[in-house]
Amino acid sequence: MIAALRTPRGLITALILLALAVLPLLTQAFDQRYLLSIGTRIVIWSIAAVSLNMILGYGGLVSFGHAVFFGIGGYAVGILSAHGVSSGWIQWPVALIAATLWAALIGALSLRTRGLYFIMITLAFAQLVYYVGGGLEAYGADDGLNISRSRFPGLIDLRDKASFYWLCFVALCGTLWFCSRFANSRFGYVIRGAKSNDLRMTALGFPVFRYRLVAFTLSGTFGGLAGILLANEGAYISPAMMSWVKSGDLIVIVVLGGMGTLFGPLYGTIAFFVLEESLPHLLDLMRKGWGEYWQIVFGPLLILVALYARGGIDSLLGRRS
Amino acid sequence: MSTPLLSTDRLVKRFGGLLATDNVSIDVVPGEIHALIGPNGAGKTTLVGQLTGNIAPDSGTIRFAGQDVTRLPTHKRVHLGLARSFQITSVLREFTALENVALAVQAHAGHSFRFLADARNDEGLRGPARRGLEEVGLGQRANTLASALSHGEQRQLEIAMALAGDPSLLLLDEPMAGMGAEESQRMIGFLRALKSKRAMLLIEHDMDAVFQLADRITVLVYGRAIASGTPAEIRANQDVRHAYLGDDGMVA
Repeated sequence: MIAALRTPRGLITALILLALAVLPLLTQAFDQRYLLSIGTRIVIWSIAAVSLNMILGYGGLVSFGHAVFFGIGGYAVGILSAHGVSSGWIQWPVALIAATLWAALIGALSLRTRGLYFIMITLAFAQLVYYVGGGLEAYGADDGLNISRSRFPGLIDLRDKASFYWLCFVALCGTLWFCSRFANSRFGYVIRGAKSNDLRMTALGFPVFRYRLVAFTLSGTFGGLAGILLANEGAYISPAMMSWVKSGDLIVIVVLGGMGTLFGPLYGTIAFFVLEESLPHLLDLMRKGWGEYWQIVFGPLLILVALYARGGIDSLLGRRS
Repeated sequence: MSTPLLSTDRLVKRFGGLLATDNVSIDVVPGEIHALIGPNGAGKTTLVGQLTGNIAPDSGTIRFAGQDVTRLPTHKRVHLGLARSFQITSVLREFTALENVALAVQAHAGHSFRFLADARNDEGLRGPARRGLEEVGLGQRANTLASALSHGEQRQLEIAMALAGDPSLLLLDEPMAGMGAEESQRMIGFLRALKSKRAMLLIEHDMDAVFQLADRITVLVYGRAIASGTPAEIRANQDVRHAYLGDDGMVA
């Protein structure tokens, strides 16, 4: 633990986690409320990115529909809230179970395919839910729906921004902890082995499909958790939270940060949000109006990472031991 | 002759108009090395694919260890004691040699739905894996990435992985492919020593190796088993000489 701090990677990661742990204190001290809201979204997106990394990074399965779990988690909370069920003790388990079951269903069908077909079928299922969400007139259809935050009476008030942030941070730590155990467990070895050579794994006697299905399902559960938090963060749900663009952003984040590494998705999310927030301002400083076209700079940046830093940001922090 | 460990009965596999496996009936009895030879395109790989469960036959049956396994998926056949090595080296390149064998051990150590315990210091996996590596002579290379091993070492690693589950039958798909003369000879010695413990179905192009190792040889041509017998019988068989070995005395 202490020895890990002596490497650049360990030190930087520790500083990032420390900064995230005390972020509400910092934003209060410097009176930057807006930064806390960005910080909350970074933490929530990191949870989703870590969950996608479990199958994309460790398992080599390019799921192009991961934002659907934002939607399933979020809509479960939102729909219950719209019907007057405001208790988080009911909302959250229902949302997690819904995300888990949906992941099991998508996984059972899509994992029978490979490569490009897998990408297309996961995208298709996500689009299916997206359009169903847009068709739910009772819940705002395309415009979405304002909801009240989940209630945990006597435990925590999610309307308090700092409390909510810390809850998200604890959820992120829990997700990272699970992922760190998972990666080197017997189960993790099977998933990583199947990424390396699934024919070999089958010949060794592993029913690869079954293991991948469980990994996909677990990934969906944690994705659903991120969806619950996202709906509470904005006190709002809409189909936009599960559009294919969000799924694409999640893949970009994982690749940018470093696939198959524990903290890569965290680095990726921070880099993604920092660039998204700062590039428009920087470009506007160079010339008024340029900020609108920030993606012209962002796109080539991603290409550079894909070409020259195959291991993403994680690989820039030095060799792994 | 004792009861066969593995037997096929009139196995047929067609790819469109091509009859890749034409009524093949072969068997392997415990303690023997049965070699399968034949020119390129004879259907050896297709036959192996059916034995391992990667290809479904159109008709005929495959029996292994006393039961009909014709429709059994690969991983279940493995658990009955049927292990294989690949024609083209197939190891997990991103893992160390030790991790490769540890995964092979893990495949036979109950289910792997264990999410939290660290498998890296799991002696139940690493201990047998280390012994397996030593058995094939890779003990010194345990912590080397499989991708960094020489070709010959990777072939040895494959054998260690195949042996990890203590199989009763080894399907060896060209284990000597791409090996130098010295490495081949070492592998031949190793396989011969192994024979007392497990039966093998050996697919091999290296005729020296085949005639040194095999108790029985079956010759496959255009999907059909044209001859089967002891090495001496095969050497003397006119059809075989004509169809496969050529008349120029390739087998001295």
